[in-house]
Parts: sequence; C-alpha cells; structure tokens
Amino acid sequence: MPGKLKVKIVAGRHLPVMDRASDLTDAFVEVKFGNTTFKTDVYLKSLNPQWNSEWFKFEVDDEDLQDEPLQITVLDHDTYSANDAIGKVYIDIDPLLYSEAATVISGWFPIYDTIHGIRGEINVIVKVDLFNDLNRFRQSSCGVKFFCTTSIPKCYRAVIIHGFVEELVVNEDPEYQWIDRIRTPRASNEARQRLISLMSGELQRKIGLKVLEMRGNAVVGYLQCFDLEGESGLVVRAIGTACTLDKLSSPAAFLPACNSPSKEMKEIPFNEDPNPNTHSSGPSTPLKNQTYSFSPSKSYSRQSSSSDTDLSLTPKTGMGSGSAGKEGGPFKALLRQQTQSALEQREFPFFTLTAFPPGFLVHVGGVVSARSVKLLDRIHNPDEPETRDAWWAEIRQEIKSHAKALGCHAVVGYSESTSICEEVCILSASGTAAVLNPRFLQDGTVEGCLEQRLEENLPVGCGFCHIPYDELNMPFPAHLTYCYNCRKQKVPDVLFTTIDLPTDAAVVGKGCLIQARLCRLKKKAQAEANATAISNLLPFMEYEVHTQLMNKLKLKGMNALFGLRIQITVGENMLMGLASATGVYLAALPTPGGIQIAGKTPNDGSYEQHISHMQKKINDTIAKNKELYEINPPEISEEVIGSPIPEPRQRSRLLRSQSESSDEVIELDLSHGKKDAFVLEIDDTDAMEDVHSLLTDVPPPSGFYSCNTEIMPGINNWTSEIQMFTSVRVIRLSSLNLTNQALNKNFNDLCENLLKSLYFKLRSMIPCCLCHVNFTVSLPEDELIQVTVTAVAITFDKNQALQTIKTHVEKSLQRASTDNEELLQFPLELCSDSLPPHPFPPAKEHLESASSNSGIPAAQRAVTVEKASPVAEGNFRNRSAPPCANSTVGVVKMTPLSFIPGAKITKYLGIINMFFIRETTSLREEGGVSGFLHAFIAEVFAMVRAHVAALGGNAVVSYIMKQCVFMENPNKNQAQCLINVSGDAVVFVRESDLEVISTQQPTANCQPLCTGGEVTT
Amino acid sequence: MTNELDIFVGNTTLIDEDVYRLWLDGYSVSDAVARRVRSGILEQTGATAAVLQSDTMDHYRTFHMLERLLHAPPKLLHQLIFQIPPSRQALLIERYYAFDEAFVREVLGKKLSKGTKKDLDDISTKTGITLKSCRRQFDNFKRVFKVVEEMRGSLVDNIQQHFLLSDRLSRDYAAIVFFANNRFETGKKKLQYLSFGDFAFCAELMIQNWTLGAVDSQVDDMDVDLDKEFLQDLKELKVLVADKDLLDLHKSLVCTALRGKLSVFSEMEANFKNLSRGLVNVAAKLIHNKDVRDLFVDLIEKFVEPCRSDHWPLNDVRLFLNQYSASVHSLDGFRHQTLWDRYMGTLRGCLLRLYHD
Repeated sequence: MPGKLKVKIVAGRHLPVMDRASDLTDAFVEVKFGNTTFKTDVYLKSLNPQWNSEWFKFEVDDEDLQDEPLQITVLDHDTYSANDAIGKVYIDIDPLLYSEAATVISGWFPIYDTIHGIRGEINVIVKVDLFNDLNRFRQSSCGVKFFCTTSIPKCYRAVIIHGFVEELVVNEDPEYQWIDRIRTPRASNEARQRLISLMSGELQRKIGLKVLEMRGNAVVGYLQCFDLEGESGLVVRAIGTACTLDKLSSPAAFLPACNSPSKEMKEIPFNEDPNPNTHSSGPSTPLKNQTYSFSPSKSYSRQSSSSDTDLSLTPKTGMGSGSAGKEGGPFKALLRQQTQSALEQREFPFFTLTAFPPGFLVHVGGVVSARSVKLLDRIHNPDEPETRDAWWAEIRQEIKSHAKALGCHAVVGYSESTSICEEVCILSASGTAAVLNPRFLQDGTVEGCLEQRLEENLPVGCGFCHIPYDELNMPFPAHLTYCYNCRKQKVPDVLFTTIDLPTDAAVVGKGCLIQARLCRLKKKAQAEANATAISNLLPFMEYEVHTQLMNKLKLKGMNALFGLRIQITVGENMLMGLASATGVYLAALPTPGGIQIAGKTPNDGSYEQHISHMQKKINDTIAKNKELYEINPPEISEEVIGSPIPEPRQRSRLLRSQSESSDEVIELDLSHGKKDAFVLEIDDTDAMEDVHSLLTDVPPPSGFYSCNTEIMPGINNWTSEIQMFTSVRVIRLSSLNLTNQALNKNFNDLCENLLKSLYFKLRSMIPCCLCHVNFTVSLPEDELIQVTVTAVAITFDKNQALQTIKTHVEKSLQRASTDNEELLQFPLELCSDSLPPHPFPPAKEHLESASSNSGIPAAQRAVTVEKASPVAEGNFRNRSAPPCANSTVGVVKMTPLSFIPGAKITKYLGIINMFFIRETTSLREEGGVSGFLHAFIAEVFAMVRAHVAALGGNAVVSYIMKQCVFMENPNKNQAQCLINVSGDAVVFVRESDLEVISTQQPTANCQPLCTGGEVTT
Repeated sequence: MTNELDIFVGNTTLIDEDVYRLWLDGYSVSDAVARRVRSGILEQTGATAAVLQSDTMDHYRTFHMLERLLHAPPKLLHQLIFQIPPSRQALLIERYYAFDEAFVREVLGKKLSKGTKKDLDDISTKTGITLKSCRRQFDNFKRVFKVVEEMRGSLVDNIQQHFLLSDRLSRDYAAIVFFANNRFETGKKKLQYLSFGDFAFCAELMIQNWTLGAVDSQVDDMDVDLDKEFLQDLKELKVLVADKDLLDLHKSLVCTALRGKLSVFSEMEANFKNLSRGLVNVAAKLIHNKDVRDLFVDLIEKFVEPCRSDHWPLNDVRLFLNQYSASVHSLDGFRHQTLWDRYMGTLRGCLLRLYHD
C-alpha cells in the first residue's frame, strides 16, 4: 500500500521577531518527508503570516509512512545571509494510516526550537491517500492499531488476546558522534529528536508486522522506552500485547452486556472445583516469601555460567527467583493443560495488560521479577541489537521460570525497565504470575462458556486470590488458610501483584498508596568491580524494600498490594530503591496480624518501657488507619471458617541483619496466622530507625486519598473534575560522608514532602483522590536525587459516597471495580459468540439490575455511570456536571488513567509518542533550573494537547511521562532536558450529553455506550 | 539537603487567587510566604512553611511566565502553553490591569514617560504601594496608552478589544489615557480632595462632547485629543461677560427664574458676575495648552471654591447651573447657542461632580 501524503501550510501566528530593525519576520516554511522537500513562498514582514500554500504531495511507500515523521521547519528569510530557523514541528502521521482513527490532521501546532522552546504556532493540514497494493512483499504494517492503555480499550472488545510482542532497535546516538564536536547544540538536538522519531516509527512498524504474523490487529499496553546508553548507542525498545480487537458498534450487541458483575463471575471457568482436595490449579503466591528465596550464592553461579558470553553479571534476584527448581509440579486440571498448551506455543506467555476482561484472570500467584546487571562497554557489536536482545531474552526466560515455579503459566501486568549510570546498566523485568482462562487466548474455544454458566452458585470476587500452586508441593513456605469468602479454596495470607485490582474483587474499605523507599551507598568503582558491587547490593535492596512494604501494609491493616512497581536506580555512589503500590484489604484473605516489637535485652527496665511505648504507638497507628480506611471486615469465627489453620499461634520472627546468609533466609518463616503478629526485633539502631520511619509516614490530610492504580477501591462517585500534573524535585545531598541512614532519611523526606506539597496544592479539589500516582527516581549526578511524579487528581462527591455506604452498610463486603468497561465487553463477546440474543430470562435480568444497584457500591459507581445503570444515571443528573466551556483554544484533558470520569470515550485516534529535547545556555535568565524545567514541561503538555486537538481529539488517556532526563551545569549557565511522553488520543463525550439518548430507551441499560461508539466529533 | 529544583506543572494551570494578589502587590516570595503564614493557612491546612514556600515559588514562576502574555491579553486567549479556563483567564487579565486608587491619583494627567517612571520611587514611599506594583501599574497605563493613542474608533471600545478588560475597567483606562494625553493637572493641593472617580467621570463627559470623535467618528486619535476647532470657537463665548448688557440681562434672567428657589439666593445674586466671568474665561482660555492643563484648577478656583465658601448646597448649585446654561438661549444678541451648549453641557456635569467636600 504505497500512499500519497498531502500537506498544506495555512498560516502562522505569534511568530518571534527575527528582524530587529523592523520588529517583524519574513517567514517561509520547509516541508520535508523522507528525502523530499517543498517550500512555501516567503511571507514578508509579518508575525502572523498567511501562506495558504498549495497541497504539497509526497508519493511514498507505506514503510516510509510508518517510519518517517513529517518535518515542518519555519524559517526567516534573509537575503544576504543564511536563513534563520525559527523552529520545527514533527508530526507523526501514523494515526492516519488506519481507518478507524483520524482521517485528517489539522490544527495549530506550536513551533518548537530546542534552544528557545515554543516560538509561535503554525496551522497545518495533513492527509494521506493509501492505495491498495497487496502483491508486494509486506514490510509495512499499516492498519495495526496501537494503544498505550493497559486494558482492552473502551469501545472495543477482545476477540483473542494473542500475547507478548517485543522489539528493539539500536542506533548510534548523534550526541556521541564525532560530528557533534563541530556542530551546534541545536543541530545535535534536532538530529537526536529526528533519529528517535524515526526509530520509534521503525519499531512500531516491526511490532506491527509481528502482530500481523500472529493474525492480530492491535497492540494493547504498548510501552516504548529509550535507553540512552551513551557511547554504546541509543536503544529504543517496546513491548506490548497483541490482540484481535473488534469495534463495538452494533447497538443490539449491547443488550446482553447488561448483566451484572455477579453474573460474569460465574464465567470463571475451571478450578472453582467445589472439592477442595483436588487442587486442580492451585494458585497464588504471596510473593513476599519469594523475596527471601534468592540466594547470593545462586546469583554467583549464574554469573559464572554466563560469563563466557561477555561478562554478564546476572544476579537475577527478586521475587520468585529461588524457586525455579520446583517448576515441575503436577498439574492436574484438564482445562489448565489446555491453557498451557495454548500458552506454551508462545515463547513468552507475558501480557502487558493490568486489567482484564472478566473471567480472563483465573488465579494470581504473586509478583515475579528479575534483574540483571550489564556492562555497556562490553557489547561486541554496539550497533546491532543482538546483544541487547539476548539480555532481555535471558531475563524473560527467568521470569517465565519464576512463574512456573508458582504454578502459573502466564505473567500479567508485565513491564520492563532499565537504569543506566555510565557503563553500568541494570535491566529489570517484573510481572504477576497468573493462571489465565484459555478462552481468550485462541480461536474457537468458546464451548467452555456454557458449562461454566451452570456453576451458578460459585462465590464471586475471590477466585483470583486462590493459590495456583499445589499446597503439598509449595514452592516456598507460605501460610495458607481457606478463603474467607468462599471457604472452599486455599488463599495466602498476603498477596502482592503488579496488576490493577480486578473488577470483581471483594474489598473492604478503601485503599491507599504504600511506598517503600531505600538508599544504599556504594563505592565508586569501574567496570566489573562496579557491576559486581551492584549485583551484591541488589538482593539486600530487594529484601529491604520488601520488608518495608510488608511492614507498612500491616501498619495500614491491609493484606494485599496492587500495582506494585519496584524501581531500582543506579548512581555513581549509591543505589536507590522505590516501590509503590496500592494497599487494599481483600475480603478473601485473612485479617493481617499486627506488628509486634521485641527487644533484645528484655531485662533493662527503661528499655522495656521504651519498647512498650513504641508498641503502643504502632498499635494506635494500626487502629487509626483501620478507621481512616474504613477497614471493618465482618467478624468470622473460626468454626465458621471451618478450616484447620495449622498453627494458629505460631510466631514469625523476622531477623534483621545485614550479614544474612542464604541458610538463614531459608529459615525465615513469614507465615502469619489470623492473630499472629509480625515481630520486629529492634536490637540495633538500624532497626530502630526503620520502626521510626514506619511511623513517620503521615497519612494524607482528610479529604484526600491516593493510590497508584487506576481506581481507588471504596470510592465510586467521581465527578468530572480532573487535574493531571507532573511534579519534579531534585535535592542536593549536603554532606560528603553520608551514611545509609542519613541518606534514607533524606530520600524519605523528599518523597513525603513532595506528597505533602501535592496535597496542599490540590486542596481546592477536596474531596479528591490522587490516582495513578507514578514516582520515578533518578540520580543525575553524584549528590543529586531527582524524583518525578505524575498523577491525576479526581474529585468525588462525598455526600453521595456516604449515602452509598450507608445503604450498603449491612453489606460490608464491597466489590471494587478498576475498570468496569470490561464488564461490558466481555459478556458482549459471550453473547455474540455463543449465546442467543436474549440469554437471560427477564426475571433474572431484574435481579441483576438490582445487584448492580446495591451489590456494586463503592468504587464502581462512578464508572458504572458509563454503563448507565438507571440509578447511576439518576445520580449523574442530580450532579448536573457543567459542560466544559468552549474557549478559543479547545480544552484537551490529559490523564494517566484509561478513562475519563463522567464521560464516554467514543473513538481512539491513535497513539501519541513524543520525544523532546530542550537545552539552554542562559539558565539564569530563564529562571534557573526550576524556571527552565517548569517552562519545558508546560511546553511538552502544550505540544501533546496540540497534536491531540489536530487529530480531532479532546483528551489523552493512559498518558505517561516515560522519561525526564535532566542535566545541568550551573557554572556554565547551561542545562539540558529530555522528555518522552506517550498516551492514547481519544474523543470523549460527556455522560450528561449522552443521557438524553439513554433515557429514551430505559430498558437498554447500555445504550449510551453504543451511541457513544458511533458518535464522531 | 536543599531543594535544587522544585516544580509542579498541571495540565490545567493552577491559579491561586490569594497568591496572585500578593504577586500583583509586588511582594517578594519571602514576604508573600510570611503574609500567607499570617493569614492562618498553615493551621487550616496542616501544611508546613516549607510547603508554603514551594507552593508560592511555583505560583510566582507561573505568573512570571504568564506576565509576557498578559501584556497582550488576546495572546493569553490564543496561546497553547497554559491551559486556563476562560473565566480564569478573564480574572487574570482583570486583576493584572486593576490599579490602586492612591497610585492612579499620583500619576493621573502626568506624561507617561521615563521621567515619571523615575518618580515611582517617591510615589511608592508616599503611597505605601510596593515599587514593583507601582511599576506594573505604570507600565500598564503606558502600554494601553501606546496601543490606543493613535487608533480610530471609540477609545473605550479599542481598549476593551485590545486588552479584553471589563467595561468598567476599560472606561477607567480611557480616562487615564485621556488625562495623560491632555496632561490635565490633578496633583495640586486644591485638587487633592478629588477622587479618581471624579476625574474619570469628567473625562468621560469630555470625551463624549469635546473631542474630535464627538463630531466625526472616522478620525485618528479621535477620542484622545480635544477638538481644536471647538476650543478655538470657545473664544466667541467671551461676549457673554465682555458685553455688559448681555451680562446684566443674563443675570436678571437667572435671578428672576431662581428667586425663592435658592437658599443662597442673595449670595448667588452678589456673586453672579464673578462666577459667570470665571466660567466664560475658562472657556476662552482653552485654546492654550497650558490652560487646558489647568482646567480643573481653574474650575475649582473660579467656581467650586467661591460657592463652597458661601455654603451653597449641591442642589442649589444644580439649579443655578441649569438656569445659568438655559437662560443663554433667551439672550437675543447671542449667536453661539450650540457652542454654548457643547461647552456648558459638559462643564455643568463636571462641576456638579466636582462639587463636594
């Protein structure tokens, strides 16, 4: 499919003055695609030129269409000297290449210069005509849709979820080429921007080809990253989940979608075997135990074994590593084998999704992760991707085997990251081991549905908590109890995952953001010595981070973590670990025990007193937190549970010492019975510090909640006010001879103060929740720590929340929803695939709607609005959200979430993936580092919004700032910053606008969605 | 541990009205923080001083970046860098162009030049308004002046269109521009009792009746300059006091009509010729720029002060001025009725506004 690209340059405005004498500018425009360039006429003496050019036509291969960006350069004509560049606009034309997205790109784009920032705007129209030419050897993958969203996008349904796709391309970094010594910073920056644009185009095309090979038509959860390796090159790599998506368009298809979540639960296919003795697919790994199972000696052996390649120090520590030996556990269930065979065809049964269609996720094992330290200067062929490919393959293999050890055949919520300092690079991968329903993974496996629907009396909201591994052959010591919800299957006492809270999960109370922060000093060293030092530190960091998470979780009175993301950052002289997750109380899991402090010298009276004082403080905090997060699970007597809890009074002793040997680790038994306490031995100042730091985490001020997942469990009635923001802080560590404790305190204060500032700044939005709080840490220099936070604040209606809680006070088990759009899509698929148009008898439908009113309190309500259950609609009307006012510049919302509260996404316009460099040689004049970065981030937002608006969209969802690399040299008055952002451009329509339509057809609850699907703006 | 860099950028630009006011008032970051602390915000929110410092810095940076755009408000509406809801944009502009009464009284009628700018130090000391705020206000006056000075069409409309100000504020700026252009003296001790509102009221009347725009709406700087021809013609009014018969007749007409209606009738009768001479002479002198500048001083000296010393009630002043203007129509020997009305109509309005303690 070659195509014709057509570009028209309409006008410019707010151009900078380029001619001092006249205070005006003689501007013209160069339009470049590939190797072809067109020019407009010079528009003399104006800051608002009206070029109104002809249509510039480029006849190009679709391969180029995918790879190349359209480059528009605005220049000032100068008769006697060289023309001065005013700035550039790069337009990614990919969204024009598939039919359902944008058809034209038209609008005002900021003209960007890497030295001066935004300098005026230019109005451009871009169109593409594609010709059908199917005979050619296919190198392009036009038509494959890309989504950053890590769930099945609204207004689509997943026919098949094919699985993992990855690709990696390498190039020389222009900044490190010899020519960089003689060219201007501007030329160098532009070369870099252009190269990365080209590389990401190429990457996307290649991934698209893989998707086509798998017979998919889309990539969901597309995550593209840059590794600035320095001398050895510039790597652009991406992972994603290939899917076959169907656009939801037929209104009829929506009727069956109205079943309530409880219905969908019943689709959970297998292994909800009523007989608890057949652990058909015993699940669930409290990943925590995994942490302790790494053994340093093991990582050593790994090192040596792989050293023949070219020194790869690979201590793949991390959750789940040590248990690889037990992967051959007996798997009994037939369905499970089916699934496995479906998955085993794939090299890596990984999914970058974090939220799933109901029924997709069967069991969750726990977090699996692997890390590896590599030396970049040892790459034989730096320009070829082979070495990096091999590195990642190795890590993925590791992850895969960890998952197996947990009795799981797949990894969900999978992500990869790197941290680079000089020539050392840490590669990390993590995900959640899981057992999946095979139905989504291949064609024609829908027979299962009918039989599943017979199992009507199955409990809901706890299936995913049930352990996927064999109880008698557990990969690690864990404490199991019978599920507190269904009392039929075993569950672990704590569950850690990297995914969002499943829609149907039964949750008590609200959730909260939990962070573990850690610094470790490291000696400065070179090459191998450095890599070894880092490798040796990693296990301890993982262990510490995990302990902190566990302590904080218990302090909150909660028993599960979702959205766990552990970032290890390497610097010249230290390592930083930052883990963020959202803690919740899962009704299916046992009540967490408290934390008990034990002193080493119990004879000392005053010491004893101190201990008891601390103990009291901790107990008070737990009680306070339980109240704050409304955690009051129903009391269940032990008889009722009827499970023989092994040793109810068993104490777990967590020994803390730096000199931990692998033997000790194995002895660690972290099982906590229902009433068991978590014992902290404070035998040295180190541990004392830890206890203190536990208690210094201040809860958010009243009216504020925070989480790093999509939606906060326990909050349902979002209003339409959202505020996405990015906050960056850099601190300079003062003293040169820092200790680990001082470092930890500094880092902890940095994060806490940052959060406090956010709460203060957003106080006008109370009651509000910070969602998708995403912290990233980097160490730009020796004594600098940089923390970047991106999140969205969403207000909610407090009164309504209270009401809801009151009406459902008897039902303290609340089901939370992370993303109930899936609720729609999945059943839809069910029906269209296997069910008659009216699958449910009327009586039942009635029941369902009742349950959707009462049974899904909390977090779901707001999103339920989208489903337009009658009650939710009513609520919405009362709220009467004001329609967003139109100003001269259209408002473009940005959010890291996959949805917009109170609105329905009607169209996905394409992926936004932008990379900018900004440099200054007049740092002081631009307001110092803060002024410089503040302006740059504002400009980046502006450019994202402009591109979305030009595509015809009014929002970016799943927005993420993937990189923000900031370097300064105040002595030279210079600074440079690189920012990479991505997201999905969408069109949304306010719920209130859709209401009219939905009320016309009150029986069809899902009407708004279908209408929404067809609305195009 | 020091914060080397500390920023917050929202997709929708956060504007804190209180901090904006502090910024406009010209307080430094530390002063602003101190004032915010005193406002009790820490107790209300449970925040720390460090948080407040960081927040204030952020806002100040944002305002600093917005200031460039505020200099040409239409740019603020069309720019893409800051996403600000329209109501907030309006608030930003309106507040930025708002001025202090104390300040405007100091510079009203002065040439908006570098020389005046140098005096801002003194004005700042005198009024207690920070120098920074004085500069902003002065620069605003100057900027608006420069833009609309030579423009066609209604002054108020031009200001509104180019600076997107509210009707009220546009009118005020029209008065400031008009006074600056004609350099009316407003600073004399005698004039100290007058408010900016008084002058703005007079300016509006004068723009409506005495400028070129009053007769022809297609001239450059029509609302800014007084109609020279009109000023020239005003000499003709001199006959009203120069011709003794005319003056006597005028007096008797006014006295007859007002007999029994004024509480200060006798004082009026005694003073009629002085007052009339004063008013007519002011008109006759307006051809000289110097006398235009002293217009308000003259009006106060020649009319307001004599009346005030005789304790005329405002209502008597109104009755007198009405009758004084109207009676001229009955003077057969006087041919410049239209001219008289154009002059006296405006002057009567101004005098009534100026006549207070």
